[in-house]
Amino acid sequence: MIEAKHIIKSFEDKQVIKDVSATFDKGKTNLVIGRSGSGKTVFMKILIGLLSPGSGEVLYDRRNLPAMKKPELNALRQEMGMLFQGSALFDSMTVMENVMFPLTMFSYDNRQQQEKRAIFCLERVQMRDAADLYPGEISGGMMKRTAIARAIALNPKYLFCDEPNSGLDPKTSLLIDDLIHDITLECNMTTVINTHDMNSVMNIGDKIIFLNEGKKEWEGTKDEIMTSENKTLNDFLFASDLFRKAREGGNQ
Amino acid sequence: MFKSCVIFGKYVLLMSRTFAVPQRWVVFFKQIVKEIHKLGVDSIGIVIFISAFIGAVITMQVSLNIYSPLIPSFTVGFMTREIILLEFSSSIMCLILAGKVGSNIASELGTMRVTEQIDALEIMGVNSANYLILPKIVGFVLFVPVLVIFSMFFGMAGGFFISWFTDIISPSTYEYGLQYWFSTRYIGYSVLKAMIFAFIISSAASYFGYNVKGGALQVGKASTESVVTSSVLILATDVLITLLLV
Repeated sequence: MIEAKHIIKSFEDKQVIKDVSATFDKGKTNLVIGRSGSGKTVFMKILIGLLSPGSGEVLYDRRNLPAMKKPELNALRQEMGMLFQGSALFDSMTVMENVMFPLTMFSYDNRQQQEKRAIFCLERVQMRDAADLYPGEISGGMMKRTAIARAIALNPKYLFCDEPNSGLDPKTSLLIDDLIHDITLECNMTTVINTHDMNSVMNIGDKIIFLNEGKKEWEGTKDEIMTSENKTLNDFLFASDLFRKAREGGNQ
Repeated sequence: MFKSCVIFGKYVLLMSRTFAVPQRWVVFFKQIVKEIHKLGVDSIGIVIFISAFIGAVITMQVSLNIYSPLIPSFTVGFMTREIILLEFSSSIMCLILAGKVGSNIASELGTMRVTEQIDALEIMGVNSANYLILPKIVGFVLFVPVLVIFSMFFGMAGGFFISWFTDIISPSTYEYGLQYWFSTRYIGYSVLKAMIFAFIISSAASYFGYNVKGGALQVGKASTESVVTSSVLILATDVLITLLLV
């Protein structure tokens, strides 16, 4: 479980995260939603320790990340997997080498066991056949799947995904969502996803946190979100005609 | 001035992260071999090409400009050797390499930064500065003596080629000039200088590339800044080393 307590973050004079507290449960896909510029990415960077908060605590199973010393932080980071918006695959490595990378750096298994694990991860995301291709030779969806395979290579406890569906067609987006959801359940991970894709919210949002202008505006489940009375959330949620009609249809 | 101090401070901090014990020695050595190939071996061609032509031109220029019955003709070979050994193969060649190698390093690291590949390394718990920068610095500093030796050989060979195919100077006189009053110390001096310059090129380019913020435009800007800064630092250091060592 990850707990963020009273997180505040400012850049120069501008406060971008305003006293946000949230709990991300184990074995669930926890979604952080909000408009572009609402502070989702900054909040996630604070959660994973790429940015330090102005004040507040980030507890990973009661271990406070901002107070950690370097060795402790490095050990914690080996329990994390991250799927970046642009996949962030290493251009100079093949798909297989990308998945092997965390194993080569941190696993004490022998080479054969590492390869076995990498192949398992690639098969899990259905990328075994593309193992010898370079990131420049595969599609956006395949890149995301490879990044998921790399993220789960070390069997992490915590998985973070920043806009996993950006730039993907609706069908591939659903595939990626399902993959993340299934892997979360299989590995009993704490998964945190930043998104503003409403299909993802309805598809895999076990727990949803809505950020607006750096503040936590609403928190609930995907069943509760459709019936919420929060005006700001509804403005965001039903900006799309499709969802507004779906809601109206549901009410009738 | 204040901005320069800030940049220098950041550079020192980056270098302190870079010069740490590698997390995996096997991976580190593999990276060094890759970098030697990419930054060093791939530069051999341009080093040979430029050195041979410049050597030929130096021979022609010296020969045409110091023509005098009071100056012995072997002076052409002697001066070509001195110019190539003392300045061209180390300083000028490193200025050229600052363009090729420096821009390569800055753009590679800059692209990795803007595409979040460096963040991905950090998230995994990898010391990204150590993993990415140290092999480049070590690889280039180790290989630059090879480039300097190639440059010296082909620079003097370029002059020999001119003496062979033209009647500016006879090959035997040129060869006598090359050997006249030769001190092996000059080779060591030149190699040492080049190794210092190689450190400047690789570390400055790494600094600018690693700290890119923004997108493709900033990557290009970082690449240019790295070449300009490396060139200025090479020239300033050259004066300092010459004062200290000659």
